[in-house]
Amino acid sequence: MASRDDIKFLSNPKIGKKQKKFCRFKKYGIKHVDYKDPEFLKSFVNEQGKILPRRITGNSLKFQRKVSVSVKRARHLALLPFVTDLFK
Amino acid sequence: MRNYEVTFIVDPVLSGDEIKATAQTYVDHLNEIGAEVVDLDEMGLRQLAFPIQKRTSGVYYSLEFRIEDGSFIPKMELAFKRDERIIRYLTVRLDKYAIKFNEDRRNGLIGKDRKKKEQEEIKPKVVASAVPVSKKAKEEEE
Repeated sequence: MASRDDIKFLSNPKIGKKQKKFCRFKKYGIKHVDYKDPEFLKSFVNEQGKILPRRITGNSLKFQRKVSVSVKRARHLALLPFVTDLFK
Repeated sequence: MRNYEVTFIVDPVLSGDEIKATAQTYVDHLNEIGAEVVDLDEMGLRQLAFPIQKRTSGVYYSLEFRIEDGSFIPKMELAFKRDERIIRYLTVRLDKYAIKFNEDRRNGLIGKDRKKKEQEEIKPKVVASAVPVSKKAKEEEE
């Protein structure tokens, strides 16, 4: 018969615990978002090329603004698409 | 003094020399005006994310310069508009972080070159330590 200790690990204890999101710019000390680097900016848009909201990326407001401006500049220069499907 | 950066896309149909000449005309023009050209970065031939003027690729250039005030910018943009060799441009005023970022990138502190640069720096440090000694010796002689 399973003892009390075995039962404890039948379900994954990590499930249900939310991982706290963080602003990667603040954490790694990035001060400037470059609009000429589409590979980096790709991580802030979804498959249709739309900018992801702050509640998903976890960016602070200050850097979310900078990211969105950079993405828009990159779009103007045809480094990122305005609309697509199956981007990434 | 203000720092600006203008990124433009040159028509890839032109020959290699013509493309270089296009970028060079703007550099020369800026030098004439009295601006200080900090850097001309050729980002190379890239695929456009969407067609512009029926072109699907373009040669990207990024030109950073310092100028006293912004009164020259509208003239430059008009020249870009009239120039048929250029399919798109974007002028941006750089803030202090952007200036630092561009400087670091030129020195290879950011991106792919970063690891290479770090490895190179470890070796010269041994040599560099020898230099100050010789400097001190010179000072003592004087």
